[in-house]
Amino acid sequence: MFTSCADPNSIEGLTWLLCYLTTGKHLLFYASFGVVLLLLAITAPAALAFGFGGAMAARSPFLPLRMIGKAYTAMVRGVPDIIFFLFVPIALDQGFEWLRHKVKCPDWTEPIRRGSDFVVCPAAKLPLSTSPQWVHESYGFAMAALAFSVVFGAFAANVIYGAMQAVPRAQIETAEAYGMTPRQGFWRILVPQMWTFALPGLSNLWMILIKATPLLFLLGVEDIVYWARELGGSKTSQYAYPHPDWRVWYFLALLAFYLGMTRLSEMVLGRLTGRLSRGQATLGGEMQRKAAR
Amino acid sequence: MKNLILSAAILAMSAGLAAAQTVRLGTEGAYPPYNFINDAGEVDGFERELGDELCKRAGLTCEWVTNDWDSIIPNLVSGNYDVIIAGMSITDERDKVIDFSQNYIPPAASAYAALKPDADVTSGVVAAQTATIQAGHVAESGATLLEYPTPDETVAAVRNGEADAVFADKDYLAPIVAESGGELVWAGEEVQLGGGVGLGLRESDTELRDKLDAAIQSMKDDGTLNPMITRWFGEAALVF
Repeated sequence: MFTSCADPNSIEGLTWLLCYLTTGKHLLFYASFGVVLLLLAITAPAALAFGFGGAMAARSPFLPLRMIGKAYTAMVRGVPDIIFFLFVPIALDQGFEWLRHKVKCPDWTEPIRRGSDFVVCPAAKLPLSTSPQWVHESYGFAMAALAFSVVFGAFAANVIYGAMQAVPRAQIETAEAYGMTPRQGFWRILVPQMWTFALPGLSNLWMILIKATPLLFLLGVEDIVYWARELGGSKTSQYAYPHPDWRVWYFLALLAFYLGMTRLSEMVLGRLTGRLSRGQATLGGEMQRKAAR
Repeated sequence: MKNLILSAAILAMSAGLAAAQTVRLGTEGAYPPYNFINDAGEVDGFERELGDELCKRAGLTCEWVTNDWDSIIPNLVSGNYDVIIAGMSITDERDKVIDFSQNYIPPAASAYAALKPDADVTSGVVAAQTATIQAGHVAESGATLLEYPTPDETVAAVRNGEADAVFADKDYLAPIVAESGGELVWAGEEVQLGGGVGLGLRESDTELRDKLDAAIQSMKDDGTLNPMITRWFGEAALVF
């Protein structure tokens, strides 16, 4: 990065450290923090959407839809996360490739499954083996985000379902008395009030989601834990910057990052709780009312 | 989410119609000097140089991919890349699932490294990387096997006393022992394992295997492979 870093063997002290911390590999490490934050930024709203959909389905008066909603939450919550994280991306990927294979290569006669091999025609590969590495990485990342969303969506669905049930029945009755249709009652009365009940559960999920991001590496995405382990491992002189086992320093940096994320989330969630309890017939809302008097 | 996948898919479709055959080479990137991620963040090492040369000779466009060692075979057979070039020894067990090219490194010794030369390697605790022939050997030797996902962690386990010794390819341990300043020493006997290191390919991919086989043979014939081995593994390394 700097011209003075051209020959790492001849420098020492702070300059060495500065050069070491700005190698291409370290820049990849710093970029992977962005990957984790991006995953959180995509997964959190997506999981919330999955959760909301799941909860709505589970409350539906239409039986098949209700069964789908209940089955989704029950199944995903019951299966260990790791199995799901391994299964969803691989199964989805092979599913997509199989579909593309059927569409793009109808005259391909050889079988797709040969022993343990999964072979589709080259045009059906997803991404194509000729596409640049970043396409492969984005595809892997998208798969990972989808897997995270499905899993955390199921937990969120259960939380939101419970929150919807927790809204006092009298509120809905009042809506009905005002002549609102069930749909209007749902969107105007139930949904705005249920968030205060859902928030404690959802904030838990958010915390767990932050801590679950190292599972990214299982899915082939090079995240901060992968790079910390790779960079921290002892390096012989085959590398430009040899050093002993420094993993503890890298993991301490990760510790600081995760604790910082937790503190930040707590602050934001605290404010959000205050905002959502305003005017609610809950203990939090009651306390706000008394304090304002 | 769907949009992301869709756009990735569309990009993938539009990007790759032109070029000829692109072969994706999967490696671990954590096993110097065979393969490692250098300080610029790129795949480097003996196998990087070898792989690029083989692709040139076989007339293929090659792309490097890194993958966790533990899932390196499953990701090959499910088609995430086409070749494993990761210091993988040719064994009968692996040959049942995947195919191997001819070896590009002759059958080499595996060795124990420990803090003291009289470390107990037959009944003590021995660290090895998961799913390697060395791990298999330790399990059979009567020692207690301690498995780690990366080779670096197996060495770290010896340094911090969790294991009495580490068992790995001698070529991998040699520079570590040499540079440890006397902290690590060789222990026990060297063991001859496996049938050399070869490229791993899908069993259905016979055409690619034949191409790469021919490229390895041509490097053996014109004498360019041996100097490459000595350059990366030192003068003491076995050659063809």
